[in-house]
Amino acid sequence: MKYIRKILIYIILSAGGIFMLYPVLWLIGASFKSNSEIFSSVWFMPENFDFTPYINGWKTSGTYTMGHYFLNTFKIVIPRVIFSVISSTVTAYGFAMYDFPFKKIIFGCLMCMLFIPQTVMLLPSYIMWDFFGVLDTYIPLILPSLFANEGMFVFMLVQFFKSVPREIGEASRIDGCGAFKRLLFIYVPCIKPAVISVAVFVFLWTMNEFIQPLMYISSVEKYPLTLALRMSSDSTGQGYEYNKIIAMSVIGLIPSVSVFALAQKYFIQDITAGGLK
Amino acid sequence: MKKIYNNPVGESKYTGLIFVMPFVTGFILFGIYPFAMSFILSFTDSGINSSAEFIGIENFRRLLNDSDFHKAVAVTLKYILMLVPLKLIVSLGTALLLNMNIKGMGFFRTVYYIPSILGSNIAIVIMWSFLFTSGGLVNQVLEKLGIMPVSWYGESTPAMFMIVLLRVWEFGSTMIIFLSALNDIPRELYDSARVDGAGKIRTFFSITLPMLRNVIFFNLVMQSITAFQEFNAPFMITGGNPMKGTYTVSMLIYDEAFRYYDTGYANAVSWVLFTMTALFVAVLFRITRKLRSDDI
Repeated sequence: MKYIRKILIYIILSAGGIFMLYPVLWLIGASFKSNSEIFSSVWFMPENFDFTPYINGWKTSGTYTMGHYFLNTFKIVIPRVIFSVISSTVTAYGFAMYDFPFKKIIFGCLMCMLFIPQTVMLLPSYIMWDFFGVLDTYIPLILPSLFANEGMFVFMLVQFFKSVPREIGEASRIDGCGAFKRLLFIYVPCIKPAVISVAVFVFLWTMNEFIQPLMYISSVEKYPLTLALRMSSDSTGQGYEYNKIIAMSVIGLIPSVSVFALAQKYFIQDITAGGLK
Repeated sequence: MKKIYNNPVGESKYTGLIFVMPFVTGFILFGIYPFAMSFILSFTDSGINSSAEFIGIENFRRLLNDSDFHKAVAVTLKYILMLVPLKLIVSLGTALLLNMNIKGMGFFRTVYYIPSILGSNIAIVIMWSFLFTSGGLVNQVLEKLGIMPVSWYGESTPAMFMIVLLRVWEFGSTMIIFLSALNDIPRELYDSARVDGAGKIRTFFSITLPMLRNVIFFNLVMQSITAFQEFNAPFMITGGNPMKGTYTVSMLIYDEAFRYYDTGYANAVSWVLFTMTALFVAVLFRITRKLRSDDI
């Protein structure tokens, strides 16, 4: 009886798992298929592996190769990951470790930011960046991350900082360690998994970000990957070169998948363990 | 009475303030300022000509008679009602299964989490639009099963269901939150329930569900807020079609601002969207007040 129940659970989970992963498998398979095969078979394995979609996809139909768009994306993603991690950690440290005037109000503002729809902010922000004359640059996409603009991460890191035993900090303070030094050499190593999770999340979100680049970046030369993909899926008019667009999409997923695979160890376990308390 | 700040000995009460300065600065620049600016602009005709004139509540009066706006509100509400309950049920159900103490759960957790990592990526959105074309994978499977293929792009309800399915498919992050809450339920509760002779179903309704109520509420609120702002998927997959059947309020705002350059009106619409979201959340708070415990 117990066995049957176990097997049943495995069957349900596997069926669900197939439903979750099959579209991705199909996408990868379809990138090697001919255009007619894409719409004639349900099975994800292509009859034979044809790499021309990838070669054509990498070249794209426009002036620039995919490599160019990748570079653009990383010009946004890398500074943003670094800035977000630093600013969120410093802010969270302040909230978790110190008592100061207006603390409650400021923390309330942080929580508010979680609940305000981004749509309301988009237009005035656009007008503001226009006023500073930095439209069609990466500044509007990168600069806000210097100011701990992702309240979610600050909130998460505060919980983790609070879980570090206070004695550790006290000991280092008596040994003459300053506030910043203490943060960098004592506390951050203690909550390393959480900091890594923040970095990974910022990376993935920025890779996927769409509406902000769509608003701010107007010249094709500066397009990040997401806009380039959208442009090519538009310009072929969902028309004849399906496999090429699919191949480009698969290439576009590689950074996210690899980062997730590398950080997976920290990711799910730790969020499950410490996450929302 | 002088307030006493509970800081380590020798630390000034301003040390903490220095640490949170990045956030405070950012909040003023990228939070309060745009927020207030948006409100002011909604009473102007900014955008049409370069100088913005104050036109009072004209934009809001226009809203009342704008059938596109009414349709977009209806579409957005329909989308929320279709998506949020379905996504919460799927996430909770899967979390319950994955919370069982069986070998290989780590593997399954990863599998179920992957779509939410990739989910909002444009590549996936493009893939989704291919899966549902008239000869695409979904219709091929339906045909194999002997079910009539559906014209996903032809009618508004299937078109919306297609987008809902995409968002349900990426339920991973909601599920993880449920999983962590399930982890936090003390084992003793289940043990004593078993000793008292409570069955599986009884245990679920008397222990699991009540212990999860705050997390369910949190997910409900967060998912509703996100759903109110849905833009990417309809923009990329259906373009708001057919017959504006998937044309959400966010798409309307985008079009008004960046296609018709009517920023004043677009701001008015975003403020109405914000008010609607706030009201919706307030109503959720109110009707679930009795069901929640007090610490949220």
